[in-house]
Amino acid sequence: MNQKRKIRVLVAKPGLDGHDRGSRIIARAYRDAGFEVVYSGLHQTPEEVVQAAIQEDVDMIGLSSLAGAHMYLFPRVLELLKENGADDIVVCGGGIFPGEDIPKLKEAGIKEIFVPGTPLGEVVKWVEENVKPRT
Amino acid sequence: MSKIYSDNMLAEVRKGEEKWSKELDNILDQHPERLSRFSSVSDHPVNRIYTPDDVKDLDYEKDLGFPAQYPFTRGVQPSMYRGRLWTMRMFAGLGSARDTNKRFHLLVNEGQTGLSTAFDMPTLMGYDSDSPRARGECGKCGVAIDSLKDMEILFDGLPIDRITTSMTINPPAPIIWAMYIAMAEKRGINRSIIGGTIQNDMLKEFIAQKTFMCPPRPSMRLITDTVEFATKEIPRWNPISISGYHIREAGSTAVQELAFTLSDGITYVEAAMERGLDVDSFAPRLSFFFNSHLDFFEEIAKYRAARRMWARIMKERFKAKDPRSMWLRFHTQTAGCSLTAQQPYNNVVRTAIEALAAVLGGTQSLHTNSLDEVLAIPTEEAATIALRTQQIIAEESGVANTIDPLGGSFYIERLTRDMEEEAFEYIRKIDDMGGMVAAIERNYPQLEIADAAYKYQKQIDSKEKTVVGVNKYVTEEDLPVEVLQIEAELEENQIKWTNKVKDTRDNKKLKEALEKLGEATQRDDNLMYLIIDAVKEYATEQEICDVFREAFGIYRDPGVY
Repeated sequence: MNQKRKIRVLVAKPGLDGHDRGSRIIARAYRDAGFEVVYSGLHQTPEEVVQAAIQEDVDMIGLSSLAGAHMYLFPRVLELLKENGADDIVVCGGGIFPGEDIPKLKEAGIKEIFVPGTPLGEVVKWVEENVKPRT
Repeated sequence: MSKIYSDNMLAEVRKGEEKWSKELDNILDQHPERLSRFSSVSDHPVNRIYTPDDVKDLDYEKDLGFPAQYPFTRGVQPSMYRGRLWTMRMFAGLGSARDTNKRFHLLVNEGQTGLSTAFDMPTLMGYDSDSPRARGECGKCGVAIDSLKDMEILFDGLPIDRITTSMTINPPAPIIWAMYIAMAEKRGINRSIIGGTIQNDMLKEFIAQKTFMCPPRPSMRLITDTVEFATKEIPRWNPISISGYHIREAGSTAVQELAFTLSDGITYVEAAMERGLDVDSFAPRLSFFFNSHLDFFEEIAKYRAARRMWARIMKERFKAKDPRSMWLRFHTQTAGCSLTAQQPYNNVVRTAIEALAAVLGGTQSLHTNSLDEVLAIPTEEAATIALRTQQIIAEESGVANTIDPLGGSFYIERLTRDMEEEAFEYIRKIDDMGGMVAAIERNYPQLEIADAAYKYQKQIDSKEKTVVGVNKYVTEEDLPVEVLQIEAELEENQIKWTNKVKDTRDNKKLKEALEKLGEATQRDDNLMYLIIDAVKEYATEQEICDVFREAFGIYRDPGVY
């Protein structure tokens, strides 16, 4: 039988923000959903995030930001993925974002934004529906 | 011994309770209770009713006593809020030093009685605004402070000889404190009269808040330097604010918050005593900082348990003699993590409930969160409502008119005792691991908190726990409140400004000061004196942090989840 490859996800904390309650909960939820999870730990530069994503051959990056630097950090990650020919990796974001920033982030190429209060099941379902293991 | 309840009375109560329970059972078949299991926010089970039987061993003298008397369960000051209300201290910081200075003046004019400074992420992590790691973060969730020049602007025109200042800063705490001292001295204010607090609690950083610089052991050395320096030079300063706040925000239970915080406190006391300081010379200046979450009674019991536990620890474990060494004085902040982005005006109500718990628990100072704090730094209007919440509790509600008004409540006393027992069990476990530093090195508290946080999230997702506006009473809504935005030019301007400071200082003298500091890191010298010398030469925060990173190494997040 054809063994289906599991979805590989990098949960990443770019920037200096130390709020990792959400990212660590999400990492656990992904793991419990059967995904292969790589957690970057805190205080990663966008370069470090992209390098880890490529090295770990992930299908998706979940970026977390709660300290207001998302308008610099998220587009920077997308830019570096493109430069490295890895822009087929799906990127989504979670955390705290002023409402008007959300359409701007999506326009820049962030596939989905999850805000506080989103149930874990909804986030997992979104990944299952929108991320396919890359071949 | 002064047991409160006689055996005869307890027997009567037990009989009465049995009868009542039986009668209740008959109607529960037809009218069942709302839930099959009642529990606190921390998932501590809650009984149907509490009676004298639940606190049958309560000994008035031994367990409660009077305010300002051992074990301080009812409060640390003899007249509590009848004498003086708690300090209303609102955490503020945004953008540039000039912007924050303006906010400070506003808060003081509105009746606030203490200042509290929020720094931006680069400042918190020991990076200057021009560091590549600071890109996009300058002034975003606090004020950017690079050098003494910024500190001078930050407190310009504020009466720092009369008002106390709290600074939420950890890895670079010795440097930011040195800048504050230097700023005061430049204004002609003697260092011996300034008062305030630096958070300076690295253990809870490794556990929860996660601003990092050097590994745990050298971090303990820097902290002990500040404790020793405060003891000798700045007697009105609290050199560590031993903090449970962030532990709770990271998702811990109330008992974990209590246990890990006091365990951190034990570690700081041991380190200072190993340095050769007499316990009663420094312990009176240790202060604490707790969270106030939504579970009203659990929080009140937590503060009461904390006071009693610390008194017992200081007296029995460390043989303190001065009662002030046994006082657990604390600041409280309402729980940021309890606020919701949905229906944000509900946050005013949540904050009011949490603030009330802190006051009934006997806090010495209080920050109330603004309704928009879950979205961004508060607007002036939102910050004013939050301050007014405290003023209404203080001056309209009447709760400040008598001391420890819930003392003697069967539920509160039982809960206080349960929390004390459970927290002491955690502390014993950590002691067995070799203390908190060793426990952190094996990620023990970090993972305990992660477990609790994950469990709580699942309880919300399954609707076992209600969050109004999030998993119940949900409405379709757009972001209805005005959010404060930090302008993009700020970063550029701050970089230009810091570069100007670097160009105009005496760089030869600066180099000497930094070299002297670097050499001293390799000896047992107290580094505070040399840090003050360096900041007076306008060394930037990062320049000094880099000396420490070079000497002590860099701590990186182990990334456990």
